[in-house]
Amino acid sequence: MKNMKTSDVLMQWSNVLEMVYESRIDSVGLNERVNSLATRSIKKDSKLEALKMIVTMCDLTTLEGEDTEGKVSQMVAKAIKPNPLDTSVPSVAAVCVYPSLVSVAKEKVQNSNVKVAAVSSYFPSGQVPMESKLLDTKYAIDSGADEIDIVINRKAFLEGDYRKVYDEIVALKEVCQDVHLKTILEVGDLKTYENIRKASLISLAAGSDFIKTSTGKLSIGSSRQACYVMLKSVLDFESMTGIKAGIKVAGGIRDAKDAIRYLVMINEEMGSDWLNPELFRFGASSLLDDVLKQIKKLQTGAYQAGYYFPRG
Amino acid sequence: MVDWQYSESIESSDIVSIKKKYSNYIGGKFVEPKSKKYINTISPSTEELLSKVPLSNEQDINSAVKSAKEGLEVWSKLTPNQRSRYLFKIARLIQERSREFAVLESLDGGKPIKESRDFDLPQVAANFFYFAGWADKLDLSWATKSLKPYGVVGQIIPWNFPLLMLAWKIAPALATGNTVVLKPAETTPLTALLFAEICEKAGLPSGVVNIVTGDGSTGSLIVNHKDINKIAFTGSTQVGKLIQKSLAGRDVGLTLELGGKAANIVYEDAAIDQAVEGVVNGIFFNQGHVCCAGSRLLLQESIHDQFVKKLEKRMQSLRVGNPLDKNTDIGAINSKEQLDKITSLVNEGVDDGGELFQTECELPGNGFWFRPTLFTNVQPSYSIAREEIFGPVLTTLTFRTPEEAVEIANNTEYGLSAGVWTEKGSKILWTADRLDAGVVWANTFNKFDPSSPFGGYKESGFGREGGRHGLLSYLKASS
Repeated sequence: MKNMKTSDVLMQWSNVLEMVYESRIDSVGLNERVNSLATRSIKKDSKLEALKMIVTMCDLTTLEGEDTEGKVSQMVAKAIKPNPLDTSVPSVAAVCVYPSLVSVAKEKVQNSNVKVAAVSSYFPSGQVPMESKLLDTKYAIDSGADEIDIVINRKAFLEGDYRKVYDEIVALKEVCQDVHLKTILEVGDLKTYENIRKASLISLAAGSDFIKTSTGKLSIGSSRQACYVMLKSVLDFESMTGIKAGIKVAGGIRDAKDAIRYLVMINEEMGSDWLNPELFRFGASSLLDDVLKQIKKLQTGAYQAGYYFPRG
Repeated sequence: MVDWQYSESIESSDIVSIKKKYSNYIGGKFVEPKSKKYINTISPSTEELLSKVPLSNEQDINSAVKSAKEGLEVWSKLTPNQRSRYLFKIARLIQERSREFAVLESLDGGKPIKESRDFDLPQVAANFFYFAGWADKLDLSWATKSLKPYGVVGQIIPWNFPLLMLAWKIAPALATGNTVVLKPAETTPLTALLFAEICEKAGLPSGVVNIVTGDGSTGSLIVNHKDINKIAFTGSTQVGKLIQKSLAGRDVGLTLELGGKAANIVYEDAAIDQAVEGVVNGIFFNQGHVCCAGSRLLLQESIHDQFVKKLEKRMQSLRVGNPLDKNTDIGAINSKEQLDKITSLVNEGVDDGGELFQTECELPGNGFWFRPTLFTNVQPSYSIAREEIFGPVLTTLTFRTPEEAVEIANNTEYGLSAGVWTEKGSKILWTADRLDAGVVWANTFNKFDPSSPFGGYKESGFGREGGRHGLLSYLKASS
């Protein structure tokens, strides 16, 4: 992943605006394409390969008021070794926690490859003054976060103040520097495909390393349609700037079958460059267990009971 | 970085049992051809011999037409409601056996199972259901009650959608009270012969549907038979003209659904990514063996480069190969003859100066295959911009203004279909109004519904199939 410095002017604001206003999407055609990709039949070796890829792309997440050091420690242990009985199962990409638990998570991941991501900027609503968002983010980084997941200012976005949305991300990216910045669009709030595209392009132009679908706190989380809009935006942004940005889908992806459909979409629309935790992630809490079960099923032909897999 | 390859996911062909040799279906029975001659039908994806079907001669056609005439005596005395019930029964039986039909269609014709399963078969059943619904409402449908069926109808269908074209022909003909003699295409006769089993199962009175196989000579015997009251033909413009000539001066009804060279017009204010998908679907659906295929891409000059780049990238992801693999997007070319025709037209396009782009996919060793192909830098005078290629070959032309787009779109001897891509509603209506095409799709392409009439202008034929208009193709005024 190419490191972007905020001092590099990625795009003039006028170019960003032009792109944003040319966001034309035909929802019927989009749905048709997304549904047709969902009919791909992924079996045998290709399925096993996909399942293991999904594990490496998982951001194991706990974002609750009830989170404690004990809960985070459990989750990190599972992130490092998702299935202690099967060493062929790789570690997940990262664990994702609130800023106050970053230092605990960081201590527990130790020498593994598992990264620590923190949600900040007053996740999930972001309804605070900018100073607070900056402080929140700075605190997470100072605590050792490798990756920062922020939310866009939906208030400003829906009021049509795109410049404010952009400026806030630019400012947060400046705090992040080389720390990986994932920007959450919260597609469930944006509702239309045009809005998702606009928010994607604004976030990318402002220097996000990743764009992410959802906080997971709304009843409408990620959808393959939203992911499709985002991946097309990422591709268009790449063709304009040469920068490959990543995508994280989160919220409501509960089973392996659904996750494989996302992978198919990434594979066929973006190509194998993106089949990589550096550029594609799943944010999930319950997905991993189903993936582990499916791996076992492919290896042994039988589904194992849930109690064979350790709690996270 | 990983290179994630999909494992084969083959639809089992155990469900179909192909006989070594088939007979014609005449008078409710499978009868061996009096010609005693047979033709081979092969699988275009492997060149394997699948079976032999009758090469019917004059005697065979005589007995098929005679049986249809006798069938008419019974069929015309049934109440409309009774005819409707037979059609509903056929529709349901097709649904029950749709997987078997889909596999056989892909084996015999080469189209991907994804399409035969998700497009052809659902459409086949839908057509029978739709026309079953009309059968007992004909008297209420027009101001006059003096419309009567033709009687015995000869139907000659092509190889691109073998069973679907059968449905388009047989369902409205039976719903309006006609009986039929149908000849499937030489290279794809098997699903029609399986359909004969459905007729048997449905208890359809004998002689109402007769299916005879053969080649062009068989078709011509049907056309020239003295007791045929109407011909319905779908196929090439060349053959359509021959049929029209031989029927001149005879009191025989005729509808023709012939070739096309559809323009797919993409304006600069289109939803580009969806337009790319629509263009791909417009030309690569069914290997481009589609008479209404969007084979001429008309791009506004301002978006040409961007669009072509996206299109080429999208084309690279098309999966060409075994039609029975559920992940195949493009199957086999239907026959050696068709492959030769495509190849020669593409070579001509290169010689004329067109810029050729073909995808890099690997092609199987046996069988007939053609890479998804895109021509840019094409002038409207090149033969690849004028002739129907009937293969996975897309030709790009450019325009500057809506007026020019319409002019280029209409600058063809054909007039079957067209597509318009823009997010501006008024521009869609303005353009569609001015296109000489039987179907104009807006922001989509290759969409079909039994209730929507289909047919052409100019050398694309006359008469309509589907909808209420489609019924009129099988009815004539009588005193």
